[in-house]
Amino acid sequence: MDNLPFIIQQMMYFSIPLLVVALGGMFSERSGVVNIALEGIMLFGAFVGVIVVYYIQSTLTGDLLNSVAYAQRVLVYGVLVSGFAGAVFTILHAYASINMRADQIISGTALNLFAPALAIFVARSFAFTNYTQQVSFRRKSFLIRKVPYLGDIPIIGKLLFQNIYITTFIGIGILIISSIILYKTRFGLRLRSCGEHPHAAAAAGINVKMIRYAGVIISGFLGGIGGFTLIVTTTTQFNATVSGYGFLALAVLIFGQWKPGKILLAALFFGLMKTIASAYSLVPLIKDLRLPSQYYKMIPFIATLILLAFTSVKSQAPKAAGEIYDVGKR
Amino acid sequence: MLAKILNYINTSEKRINIISLFLAIVTGLLFGLVIMIIVSPRDSFPAFLTILTGGFRDIGRVLEIATPLIFTGLSVGFAFKTGLFNIGAPGQLMIGAISAIYIGVRVTFLPAPIHWIVAVLCAGLAGALWGAIPGILKAYRNVNEVVATIMMNYISLYFVSYAVEYQLYDLKNARSLTVAKSAQLPYLGLDKIFTPNTVNFGFILAIIAIVIIYIILEKTTFGFELKAVGFNQHSSKYAGVNDKKGIIMAMLISGLLSGLAGAAIYLTDSFGRHLETTEILIAEGFNGIPVALIGFSNPIGIFFSAIFIGFIELGGFYMQRYDLAPEIIDIIIASIIYFSALLILFRGIIIRLLKHNRFKHKKREEEDG
Repeated sequence: MDNLPFIIQQMMYFSIPLLVVALGGMFSERSGVVNIALEGIMLFGAFVGVIVVYYIQSTLTGDLLNSVAYAQRVLVYGVLVSGFAGAVFTILHAYASINMRADQIISGTALNLFAPALAIFVARSFAFTNYTQQVSFRRKSFLIRKVPYLGDIPIIGKLLFQNIYITTFIGIGILIISSIILYKTRFGLRLRSCGEHPHAAAAAGINVKMIRYAGVIISGFLGGIGGFTLIVTTTTQFNATVSGYGFLALAVLIFGQWKPGKILLAALFFGLMKTIASAYSLVPLIKDLRLPSQYYKMIPFIATLILLAFTSVKSQAPKAAGEIYDVGKR
Repeated sequence: MLAKILNYINTSEKRINIISLFLAIVTGLLFGLVIMIIVSPRDSFPAFLTILTGGFRDIGRVLEIATPLIFTGLSVGFAFKTGLFNIGAPGQLMIGAISAIYIGVRVTFLPAPIHWIVAVLCAGLAGALWGAIPGILKAYRNVNEVVATIMMNYISLYFVSYAVEYQLYDLKNARSLTVAKSAQLPYLGLDKIFTPNTVNFGFILAIIAIVIIYIILEKTTFGFELKAVGFNQHSSKYAGVNDKKGIIMAMLISGLLSGLAGAAIYLTDSFGRHLETTEILIAEGFNGIPVALIGFSNPIGIFFSAIFIGFIELGGFYMQRYDLAPEIIDIIIASIIYFSALLILFRGIIIRLLKHNRFKHKKREEEDG
């Protein structure tokens, strides 16, 4: 059990991005717009965020370079910039699916194709590192070894407040704020009504298009943050991919039944599966199976399929998600 | 020629769609040009010209690039027609590829024509199985097929990586073993037409697949039922269509087509492509999506859109001698897809233009007469 803190910490690195992105997907889909573009949005947000971090870090010298406190500031800038980039990028999807009544799957696919192509093209054209597509950054100083005071709490302190990134707290903050917005505010109620029955919402005087724009743009903001968080906490260089996490976040969203609380549980579950896949040698029982590494890597995906098979039958998807809102259709 | 094409497109609805798609392609290309001008003003125009004309230098290579794209495009398009989004083409392709290679390397007692035929069939069957699993999950457990096929992609990816590393590894070249001569797809005289002999039976099989899918979709009750399920699952069920069977069959056929793409790419000699253990999903799988979208999911449209994408991809390859990254091609393709999603915008413009023209025409007639 010595490895338990390590496993929990690893799990958080994988779970938090999934949580944030799936919450983003929730805002979009509950407003009635299917957002299959999460993968592309994550990638775009991560790309812009990582470039900003790269530039800030390349100007730093001496103490500032290794200062953990200053690194936190850089990380927060990165989060804000990536969120902003994701939001701007998502406007393309919002415009196509809300104003132009485009097929939301097609428009989302276009964004998914566009983001990696643009990231590689820009990275190569401006050659951050000798004509390769990678953008590197220093991750070491981002890690908070121990949160003051909280890290000293027995057991919990070691599990949740040591070896952690500030993005974990940002992610949890986003979860709390999202739940409040969705269930306790007028905007949240309107958002949900637009996803269930847009015509009834319109009859009640709600501007369906505006609400849907807001939902999609929030999803872009959170998607960008999630992508940046994933890259910054699990790698040291950005290679124009978020390795299918956007689609995993979609699975988390469906498995979480479009509800914040359940999305948290789903994200933690996926994070645990991912941790088992990547750090299986630390879990005694699983290690003893002595399988080729590829089998462990399949685990999260097989587990997802099995779980979806059990939870999808009574799906509580927003009724109008994916449907084009056409005023004349009433 | 143009008049013939326009004559073929008899209904105005179809004509407007095709013209607006054409506008989307032009807009996408121009968008690519703008990005190229921003990045490299000096090289942008010659490079752009190379994209547009480079494909003519080697038509055989264009067809070779297009062959797997026809299969995956048909795969995605067929599923689209039946209301399903099969994003699992890469996984189905890879599982088909590994099956074909396994037969090609290990089952060597088969004589020449039977050997490659069996390899191709096994690729198709493996792909069909890989497609059918999400189909069954969708039909009986209501699992979202987008998520399910993506999960199947990754399972396939890691399985293929395992199979190459532990079963079919060519240590010297760090890739999968080359299939036996008897399992390589024959040229059937195509090597005489296209001199760098790259076009083989795979291309002919792709044409056959187009014809069969066209017949299934347009001329059979089965195809009609599939499309009906895609259009409205509940009302077609009410009308007596077995909707569950329809979903499973649609995914099965879709997977089969992607599996064949795997055979078409990897049943080649030692100079051809080989599977590696890099754990990257094969690009042709995902590129089936833009091929299907640009081709309106219509088998004949898919043929032309696969050729088009093969054409500009080869152009992009030749363009590399300028100081520009070849990913500009992917940017162009993505923006074409985006602009084609804005079809309604282009349709509006065209209809307005047509009306305007007719109005001008009338006015002129009035003035003349």
